[in-house]
This record gives sequence, structure tokens and C-alpha cells, in this order.
Amino acid sequence: MGFIQLIGRTFLAFLAAVGRLAIFTGVALSHCVRPPFYGRNLLRQMVEIGYYSLPVVGLTAIFTGMVLTLQTHTGFARFQAESVIPQVVVVSITRELGPVLAGLMVAGRIGAAMAAEIGTMRVTEQIDALTTLATNPFKYLIAPRLVAGVICLPILVLIADIIGVFGGYLIGTYKLDFSAGAYLQNARAFLEPMDVISGLVKAAVFGFLIALMGCYHGYNSQGGAQGVGAATTNAVVSASILILSFNYVITELFFAR
Amino acid sequence: MNQEKAADGQGKTPKIRLRGVKKSFGDNHVLRGIDLDIGEGESIVVIGGSGTGKSVLLKCILGLLRPDEGLIEVDGEDVSRLRGKDLERMRRKFGMLFQNAALFDSLPVWENVAFGLIEGDRMNKKEAHKIALQKLAAVGLDEEVAGLFPAELSGGMKKRVGLARAIATNPEIVFFDEPTTGLDPIMGDVINDLIVQIVHDLGASALSITHDMASARKIAHRITMLYQGRLIWSGTVAEIDTTDNAYVKQFIHGHAEGPIAMPVLRP
Ligand SMILES: Nc1ncnc2c1ncn2[C@@H]1O[C@H](COP(=O)(O)OP(=O)(O)OP(=O)(O)O)[C@@H](O)[C@H]1O
Ligand SMILES: [Mg+2]
Repeated sequence: MGFIQLIGRTFLAFLAAVGRLAIFTGVALSHCVRPPFYGRNLLRQMVEIGYYSLPVVGLTAIFTGMVLTLQTHTGFARFQAESVIPQVVVVSITRELGPVLAGLMVAGRIGAAMAAEIGTMRVTEQIDALTTLATNPFKYLIAPRLVAGVICLPILVLIADIIGVFGGYLIGTYKLDFSAGAYLQNARAFLEPMDVISGLVKAAVFGFLIALMGCYHGYNSQGGAQGVGAATTNAVVSASILILSFNYVITELFFAR
Repeated sequence: MNQEKAADGQGKTPKIRLRGVKKSFGDNHVLRGIDLDIGEGESIVVIGGSGTGKSVLLKCILGLLRPDEGLIEVDGEDVSRLRGKDLERMRRKFGMLFQNAALFDSLPVWENVAFGLIEGDRMNKKEAHKIALQKLAAVGLDEEVAGLFPAELSGGMKKRVGLARAIATNPEIVFFDEPTTGLDPIMGDVINDLIVQIVHDLGASALSITHDMASARKIAHRITMLYQGRLIWSGTVAEIDTTDNAYVKQFIHGHAEGPIAMPVLRP
């Protein structure tokens, strides 16, 4: 009896959590489209998410491109199919590794920062102060972050794609004896617009999820420093899991066509 | 302060009206039925022991906490029914000094003070800056401080910036949660004078919380005491010295012995 009760209680708690998140998301989205808009906050978040994430996303991309080329070579050399390495690398990066790895890196960087900043504002009553100054925290804090996430992640991923392919090109030409022209030729010839577009769609969704998790956990944090710490961890973990699961869902949707 | 002004408020709809307001956190029944009227231009001070729910009371009125039961009206409007634009319009009437100042640490001091002007009233920055400097000067902070960030201020300075922010938009109703705590006696008195002046000059209604009886005597038309979730006593400044309410007497004289037992363990 006790065991079944426990299952039931856990399940109900889970449903309640999903409901809370759904309401939060709905309210946040409604504030994204209704004025007033805080352009200065949006710009600041775009700089924070887009510009300052460039180094870490760029480094991730270049090493991924390099490793991917080496590993693909290891596999494909076994049945003399080295010539398709550029295609495999390019498709893997634009469809999968670019968005997912950039998403995970940004989740660690930005999701954590958002949860910590908004969480601290919550526990030090700054959010209450915002409310008493007739400024809606959803409009002032959360909407700019969500919009910035959706705008910036595709741009970051596009850059990551280019850098990743360049990493592959470096290894391909310097280490694997591809001629520069042939590598690029092969890479370009088989690349379809949908490869890149599906990656960018993923990126936009991931950007939304990262910002949503950062804001949601920060906004609902309670207690003191410990609460903010927990919110930060939860934001990064939940954003990462959501990225991986939505990655599957979106791939499935694009794959079906 | 003179009593005529306080008397003005009677008869008309009170600025703020509370009836049977209750608020609990789990088993902790903090407010157990609060009735309170604040007239227009009236300054009320709430006294009461630490942890009795004074800050919670202010937050309930502002709508930051939702009371479990009871009615809260501002200018005759039921606050719990207001949504969206109406709620914002109601909030615009208020200025609030939080107990811990709650300054925005990502903004410099002057932008903190000017926040309500820039974001709420859509004033241009230059003009808002000018007003912010005036308000800061009124709490004894100069232009140099205006450019600092909250993390660079002392506790008392933060409190004064919070006060300047609360009054920047010339609100109709001001709430001060312990305005003089953490200030030296001289600055404390300057702040008392400022509060008196705000109530007097702007005709604002004020609800303040304080443990500082000198401050209470100076800024209040009426003092009321919160104990065990109810307002157990209410009277004018003159009455507080002549009352024979044992709780009030113990509180204002700060005696450890009396009907209010502090739950501490004596070694
Ligand atoms: N957000 C909250 N969650 C749970 N309990 C709370 C919360 N806020 C306040 N309380 C509880 O409500 C009670 C009253 O708190 P409040 O901050 O109003 O005290 P106070 O009268 O302002 O005290 P002080 O003079 O020390 O500031 C306390 O017992 C506190 O534990
Ligand atoms: Mg308090």
C-alpha cells in the first residue's frame, strides 16, 4: 500500500511540476509579444548569450570538427571509402553536433548564469522591488532572455558549423592528404539546405529551452545562497536533458519528411 | 506631528482598508485577522516584536504575497480583483522601502533611484537623472555616490538609497520597512524629518514599521501594535505613554519581563 501511495504521490507531484512549468511558459510567451518591450535588456542579453559565448562555442566546434574527421577516417578507411569523409563530417556537424554541442555548452554557461542572477534577485527581494516599481518581472527580466536565446543560438550554431567544418578541413588537408579543393568540393556538393536549416531550427528551440530553464528555476528559487545554488544546478541539468530529448523529437520530425 | 491632519482622513473612504486579513505559511499563522484603516495623508506606524509579521503585512497590501483570507482595498478598490493594467495603475500609487533595501545590483545607484521614473513613468533619462540626484541629496548622498553600484555601499547608505527610490515618483502611499535601522542617530533623525516632510508636503499616506520608538513618536499620527497576528492596540502618540496596555508598555520600555514572553532559553 505504502509503495503504491508513493508512486501515486510522485506522479501527482510530477504532474503539478509540469503544470507549473506550462503556466510559466504561457505567461512568459504572452509577455514576449505584448508591449512594453525592454530593448536595452534584450540587447544586453544578446551580447551576453551571443557574443560572449563565441569563444567557448568556437573552441568546441573546431575540436569537434577535427576529432570527427579523424574518427570518420578510422572507420571509413577500413572499407576504402575515404572520399566521403568530408560529406559525413559536414552533415554530422550541421545536423547534429553543431546544435547539440553548442546547445549544451551554452546551457552550462548561460542557463547557469540566468538562474543564478534571477535567483539572487528573487531571494534578495529585487523581484518584489521590481513589481512595486510597476515593472512586470516577466517583461523586464524573462521576455528579453527568451527572445535573446531564440535569436542568438541559431547565429552561434551557424558560426559553429563553419568553424567545425573548417576544423575538419584542417585535419583533412594537413593530416589525411586531401587536396584543399577536393575537400571543399566534396563537402559542398552533397550538402543540402535542409541539413543546415534543420540544425538552425534545433538551435532556436534549444536557445528557448536554455533561457526558459534558467528563468524558471531562478524565478522560483527560494531560501538563500543554497536555494540559488540548487536553482543553478537544476537549470543546467534540466536544460541539458531537454536539449537531448528535443533533439531526438526534432530529428524525427525532419527525418519523416 | 499635529493630529488635525490625521482627523481629515476620517469620514471619507480610507486610502487603505484591511478587514480580517489572514496569512499563514504552513502551520505558522502569521497574520490572524488584521483590521486597519489608513486615511489620506495619515501616517501610521506599526510596532511589534521581531518575526511577528510586520513585513508580511506590508507585502500582503502590495500584493507581493496573497493573503489567505480577508479584504484589502486601496482607494476603495479590492486589490485581489485587479489584473494587468489596473494592477499596475494601483502599484504606481505606492513607494516601498524594503527592509533590506533590495536595490538592483546590476544598476548604479542613480538608476536605482530613477527606475520608477524611467521604466514606470517613461521619463527621459536626463531628466530622471536630475530628479534622482535631488532625491539622493534629500537623504544625504551626493553625486559621487550616485555613480557607484549598490555592492559598493554601506548598509546604512543602501537603506537611504532605498528610501530615495521609494519616494522618487512622489507616490500617494509610502511604505517604509524600518527606515532608520542601521543609521546613526543623527542621520536617523534626518530621515525622520524627511518622512514627516513627505507626508506633510505631498499629502502622502504612510505606513511605517519601526523598532525605534523615538522615530515612531516623530513620524506617526497613529501607532498600532502587532502581536500574535492581530493589531492589539492602536492610539495616538500621546496615548502611547498613558496607556495601561501591559503589552504596549513592555514594548515601548523594552523590558524583558512582562506579558510578552521571548522564547529564549536562559542559561
Ligand atoms: N516567504 C516566507 N515563507 C515562509 N515564512 C515566512 C516568509 N516570510 C515570512 N515568513 C515568516 O513570517 C513571520 C513574520 O515574518 P516578518 O518578516 O513579517 O517579520 P517582521 O515582523 O517583519 O520581523 P522583523 O522585525 O524581524 O523584520 C516569520 O515567522 C517568518 O518566519
Ligand atoms: Mg520585517
